[in-house]
Amino acid sequence: MATLAPLATAPVERLHETWDARPGLYGILGTVDHKTIGKRYLVTALVFLMLGGLEALIMRVQLAHSDTHLLSPDAYNQLFSMHGITMIFWYASPILSGFSNYIWPLMLGSRDMAYPRVNALSYWTFLASGIFIYTALAIGQAPNDGWFGYAPMSLRAYNPGLNMDFYALGLIFLTVSTTVGAINFIGTVMKMRAPGMSLNRLPIFVYGTMTVSFSILFSLPALTAGSVFLFFERRFGMHFFDASQGGSPLLWQHLFWILGHPWVYVIVLPAMGMVSEMIPTFSRRPLVGYPYVALSTIATGLIGFGVWVHHMFATGLPAVSMSFFSGASFLITIPSAIAVFAWIATMWLGRPVWRTPMLFCAGFVVLFVIGGVSGVVTAAVPFDWQVTDTYFVVAHLHYVLIGINVFPVIGAFYYWIPKMTGRMMNETLGKWNFWTMFIGFNLGFFPMHIAGLLGMPRRVYTYPASSGWDTVNLITTIGAFLFAIGVLLFVINVLVSLRRGAFAGSNPWEAGTLEWAMESPPPPYNFAVLPIIRSRLPLWEDQLGDETPGMIPGEGHSHITEGVVLAEGRETFGTSPLEAEPLHVLHMPEDSLFPFLLAVAMLATAYGLVFSQWWLAIVGGLGMLACLVGWLWPRHLVTGERA
Amino acid sequence: MTAASRTGRAVGLALGACGLAGCGPLNVLARDGVTGSSETSLGWFLVIVSCAVVAIVTMLVLAAWARSRGRRARDDAVFAGSPGLPWITWGGIIIPAIVLVAAFLFTLGTLDAVAAPERAPAAIVQVIGHQWWWEVRYEGAGPSQAVVTANEIHVPVGEPVRLELTTNDVIHSFWVPELAGKRDLIPGQTNTTWIEARHAGVFGGTCGEYCGAQHAHMQLRVIAEPPGTFQQWLIDQRAPAAQANDPSTADGQRVFMTSGCANCHTIRGTGAGGAVGPDLTHVASRTTIAAGTLPNTKGNLMGWIVAAQTIKPGSDMPSIPVPSRELQSLAAYLETLR
Amino acid sequence: MTTTAYDRTIPLGVHEGRAPGWWAMVWTIATEAALFAFLLFSFFYLGSQSRSPWPPSGPLSLRLALPDTFILVLSSLAYAWGERGIRAGHRARLQAGLAIAFILGLAFIIIQRIEWSQQPFGPGDQAFGSLFYTITGFHGAHVIVGLLMNILVQIWAARGTFTRESHLAVTNAGMYWHFVDIVWLFVFASLYISPRLG
Repeated sequence: MATLAPLATAPVERLHETWDARPGLYGILGTVDHKTIGKRYLVTALVFLMLGGLEALIMRVQLAHSDTHLLSPDAYNQLFSMHGITMIFWYASPILSGFSNYIWPLMLGSRDMAYPRVNALSYWTFLASGIFIYTALAIGQAPNDGWFGYAPMSLRAYNPGLNMDFYALGLIFLTVSTTVGAINFIGTVMKMRAPGMSLNRLPIFVYGTMTVSFSILFSLPALTAGSVFLFFERRFGMHFFDASQGGSPLLWQHLFWILGHPWVYVIVLPAMGMVSEMIPTFSRRPLVGYPYVALSTIATGLIGFGVWVHHMFATGLPAVSMSFFSGASFLITIPSAIAVFAWIATMWLGRPVWRTPMLFCAGFVVLFVIGGVSGVVTAAVPFDWQVTDTYFVVAHLHYVLIGINVFPVIGAFYYWIPKMTGRMMNETLGKWNFWTMFIGFNLGFFPMHIAGLLGMPRRVYTYPASSGWDTVNLITTIGAFLFAIGVLLFVINVLVSLRRGAFAGSNPWEAGTLEWAMESPPPPYNFAVLPIIRSRLPLWEDQLGDETPGMIPGEGHSHITEGVVLAEGRETFGTSPLEAEPLHVLHMPEDSLFPFLLAVAMLATAYGLVFSQWWLAIVGGLGMLACLVGWLWPRHLVTGERA
Repeated sequence: MTAASRTGRAVGLALGACGLAGCGPLNVLARDGVTGSSETSLGWFLVIVSCAVVAIVTMLVLAAWARSRGRRARDDAVFAGSPGLPWITWGGIIIPAIVLVAAFLFTLGTLDAVAAPERAPAAIVQVIGHQWWWEVRYEGAGPSQAVVTANEIHVPVGEPVRLELTTNDVIHSFWVPELAGKRDLIPGQTNTTWIEARHAGVFGGTCGEYCGAQHAHMQLRVIAEPPGTFQQWLIDQRAPAAQANDPSTADGQRVFMTSGCANCHTIRGTGAGGAVGPDLTHVASRTTIAAGTLPNTKGNLMGWIVAAQTIKPGSDMPSIPVPSRELQSLAAYLETLR
Repeated sequence: MTTTAYDRTIPLGVHEGRAPGWWAMVWTIATEAALFAFLLFSFFYLGSQSRSPWPPSGPLSLRLALPDTFILVLSSLAYAWGERGIRAGHRARLQAGLAIAFILGLAFIIIQRIEWSQQPFGPGDQAFGSLFYTITGFHGAHVIVGLLMNILVQIWAARGTFTRESHLAVTNAGMYWHFVDIVWLFVFASLYISPRLG
């Protein structure tokens, strides 16, 4: 029988023995603890944010005034390409993977992700691919065709250096990380929830990451196919995009945007999910319209597959095709509007407490709407013909990426860092941080709308004085630096809090979800006794009683301070996908070096391919094979009854 | 200039950020052309609706903040609260759906309005993209009747003109904001669009798709003039180049033929027949050089010839070390090619 | 205080429902299927845009490709037969099934290599040639991965790793093998058959 034991009687020492990472280098490289991996993801993605930000600041100096020649056109083109690639692929999605990695098992009531070693592989390949793509910048041959790398300019005839080889291989490499990460999230949400955490009790954040994981599985292969074509065409004399040999430059555009547009939702839906966690906590009430928000998250993911052509309205498509994709692009606004009004209603009908994370959420709502409407207007095809590829679109996409990704992310750091480190961040500095970023951002990016309407194309390394764009650009540059100071304040606040922050305790915000149940920082095994869940906000059941959302009359309350003891080795529950009925006790894998070694072998292969060192590519390939065999070799099987 | 156009310019100027910047030559919200005009009406509708949406949401957030100010800080016990579903049905579904359907219908109407001109085009112009300049061709009755120029499109006022867009290398995008939105020039296909200027004047344009190192320096101009002037321009352009009669220009022509210029440029009526760079038969009749990079003056021409790679690094035009005296006569010769 | 939360025992290891590892293979196959879908999308897209005959040298010969297709289908059947064996606890039948599937899979690859050498076009001959070799090459690489899995499963089977209850690796490698087989049917229908229908 599955019996519940009080928390106080849990065999904590034994749990530590089984779950602690091994000491020394083996533990560092071999750990599969989702919390360690999550923190590594967060720190690494922040480093990429800083790199991309530096690239942006250099460009803003160049553009502050007309006819500036600080950068050569070639240097500028590499910088803006690397800026876009870094931010979109190596920052915006990985930072959310970091949060999901850290928070999910805590929120779901599990001791780890479904595939801990795959999780480690996901991180190591993310890091290795980042090192690979930045090698290109270090040797002065960074991608130079923008983040969407249009053919035929990406082909050898117009681009003979290694620049676009790094681009193609770097993206394929990152695909490995993103894909296995997505499979891990899906496996986790299907199998690793606390008993009783049925689908209607899942936090919206989980819905966000789950939806985008599915999007990734079905859209990312389009980019993989395109990148493989690109590499083959550049290096092996094949033809896919060369119109004179039966190819088509538009094939690349289709493949790229079939991934590219769902990717926009990949980097915003989990962030919106984090907001849906924070706003109820600080409004002191459950989220308004939970099922609508959950369904709108999924709907956005689905409709996101039907709008890619709105990036191609100027390519001379048939009118009927443009009407369809225009309609779909208008339609996708509805789920976003539902979410926005759910947040506003939660604030309005709650009793908001304006701590720093809440400020970031409120700022996010405003920026979300600005970025949203400036996107909707480009769904109107004829208007899109005017503003596409101008600074209007640059403004729009930064309102989306910074407004809907960076603002929630910084807010989420303020919200969850107390859980990760056990220490609070400084509230006064936090408010300064928010206002500097908010004012700097709007000062920097709002004028870009105007620059665009005044006809300034994007991706120009300079502009003539006669264009009349000097003033808006100078304001943008000032705003960009102010925004950068805001980000710097955030970094300072994190570093200060690590040493001097007030102790957080287990639940400093008195939040309702499960990740606040254990001490901060959480022990390696997360839960000394595994909880059983009977509502959506288990930690608010004491106060809300039967009104707690997701509670079923007669089913009783959640068990948090007492639970199931599983301590014979690394064990946790495997549950059914819909109702989260406990089906089995899973034996989780130990630390392993294979994920790290596999990533190293892949890096060697990638270098071998890009520099045409075929021996290195072959050695790397054999290394990959050896790692996989070692990884998959069966562990000694244990059977029996445990709970 | 119509009233609408004046309003467009005035508000564009105001928006040109509340007096932050002057009205640029590429203003999207100013309008003159027939298609540009329809697109601008749609644009204004969308901009105004967008501003209203942003204002409403911002006010709601601020009001939620203001409402919470009066409360005591300790009053933060959790409560279940009302379900609040009308917020979602009205704010999230019904009102946005009405606005979006209206915007979609307006879009479809505009798409239809700009799809084709009401009359047959008065001229057909081939625009061929090059890294980083625009080749412009008017096909006449036969090859000798063709007009070939660069970076400037002359059109008759009040007449639709059909543009056939192709590219010689990578993707470019034709964009003259006041006359028409962007249409890409894509290898392997011919895209068409049309423009109709309602008033005489010069309309600025630029390449709208990133196309490499000098994407920033790929401007063009549309020059709309009365039909008679346009016809005369065509006749002038069809003529071969002016003869180099006096000694100084004859010397300039010799420099042109011997310094490598003729390998890349054509001057009809001389032996120069290169096909890499722009046709220079009537180069002096054009207003800019290097695709809008420099005004077309003698000094700029000389500067361009000797320092093209400094002015427009990466372009196919090399910096040619022509000695000073020969440079003078070369420029003088080019100045005669009206 | 001790409370009964679930009135039944919860076993260690997977006996009811699906193991996390099974789902991992399902979603891997899903994303791989999407990859092939985009490869074939590219094939049809360029075919629809082509102004010259598609394929340039006329429809591809079925002389080797058709028998090769049957060989791959048979190989899938052999694998399924072996897998049913271990479900009944017959290790020898599993090993025999794996061996037959391996030999047929290897034959498929060899015949395809021969067919490659007989094509009148190379990978650099127009977009059609590039797509043909890329798509069949990608598929061939998947067959080779499937064969490597087959070898591993064969080794583990010989070591007695699998039992009637516990043989997830057999199931997973089998799902992958069937997937590679089904993908071939789509590749075959697209590259070899569809140009004959137009």
